[in-house]
Amino acid sequence: MDLVIRTTAELAAVTTILLLILATPLAWWLARARHWSKEVVGALVSLPLILPPTVIGFYVLVALGPESPLMAPLHPFGIRTLAFTFEGLVIGSLFYSLPFAVQPLRTAFELIGDRPLEVAATMGAGPLDRFVTVAMPLARRGFLSAAILVFAHTVGEFGVVLMIGGAIPGETEVLSTRIYQLVESLDFAAAHRIAGGLVVFAFVTLLLLLLVERRWSVIER
Amino acid sequence: MNLAISLHGPVSRDFAIDVDLALPLTGVTCLLGPSGSGKTTILRALAGLERRHGTIRFGDEVWQDQRHFVPAHRRRVGYVFQGAGLLPHLSVARNLDYAEKRAVEGPFAREAIVEAMGVGPLLERMPGRLSGGETQRAALARALLSQPRLLLMDEPLSALDGAARAGLIDEFARTFAEIPIPVVYVTHDETEAERLASRCVRLRGGRVESADPALKVVSSS
Repeated sequence: MDLVIRTTAELAAVTTILLLILATPLAWWLARARHWSKEVVGALVSLPLILPPTVIGFYVLVALGPESPLMAPLHPFGIRTLAFTFEGLVIGSLFYSLPFAVQPLRTAFELIGDRPLEVAATMGAGPLDRFVTVAMPLARRGFLSAAILVFAHTVGEFGVVLMIGGAIPGETEVLSTRIYQLVESLDFAAAHRIAGGLVVFAFVTLLLLLLVERRWSVIER
Repeated sequence: MNLAISLHGPVSRDFAIDVDLALPLTGVTCLLGPSGSGKTTILRALAGLERRHGTIRFGDEVWQDQRHFVPAHRRRVGYVFQGAGLLPHLSVARNLDYAEKRAVEGPFAREAIVEAMGVGPLLERMPGRLSGGETQRAALARALLSQPRLLLMDEPLSALDGAARAGLIDEFARTFAEIPIPVVYVTHDETEAERLASRCVRLRGGRVESADPALKVVSSS
């Protein structure tokens, strides 16, 4: 049981950290670019919101399999496939949770508007300086929302995990797949404990998010 | 030595700018005109916040021509916006720090500026908690602490009510008399212009309507 919780938490934590790093420049570009064609990228990024998780899982599984050209560069290192590994799960989760990182960040960056960045520029702050000292602090609520949503959403993923993970204990078995197994073997009492625990976790997470946002909005005004 | 401005071309679908000016690098020059006359467009081009077709030279330094464009953060200009000119996530003191940290050495000393602008009691306040007049005094102090070579003011009083406005006009007049840098002051208000400016350029529909004869440069093209 502890092992499942640990795998789940590790997967969610690693996914959250990597996604915040990857999604920040992407969301910044989506928020600041003016040409309509950026919405092509915007739609691609949002695709996982609508696609069945099994579809994402299927393609990631194919991409990480031994026959995939994407895996060929890793063959000399003795790695033939990342399917049914923890690393494979992380890659699948990155796609699956991508919109949950990009959306709040993009909205937060858009809300800043041009003015604070122009103010900083007239004080001699260059583009990177402005991003770090103005855009990031002003978008901190977006970063918080993104982190919490990605973490919680990754904890809750099932279809992707089942497709590419295979529920190997200690490697790719997470809470959501454990519940499925327990129900299949008719152990409803154990399934209740995990399912109930996840309901409490989700509630506490969202409550925390709302409380922190509330506190930050009081400080700034 | 002057500030040579030659801007021509469309700004938006139904507005074009067409001005040739040479402003002396002393005293206060006002750009006077109704909204939509192009005065803010010129000011933003001077700051490097917008790029319009044409040439801008500050003394013998080219700020923009066909090939070059010096971005806002490298021009060393101070800019006071109509409103919301402070970084909203930093206290007044830290707004001043922000300017000071990025400034080269210059004639403006922090204690003297804070004293002259009456910003002392506001230092620990957040921008969201300042009145309109307090915001503009802090914004001017901050602009000067960035040690600019040119001070640009974009309708700094138009968001204020009558009493606050009258008080600030006096304060600005006193400040302008003391500072060793040229000021370009944008307004639509005749009395403000008369009270503060050494000379005026009247704009209408993106063109110079009238100006002190010494200012207007006939386009060579």
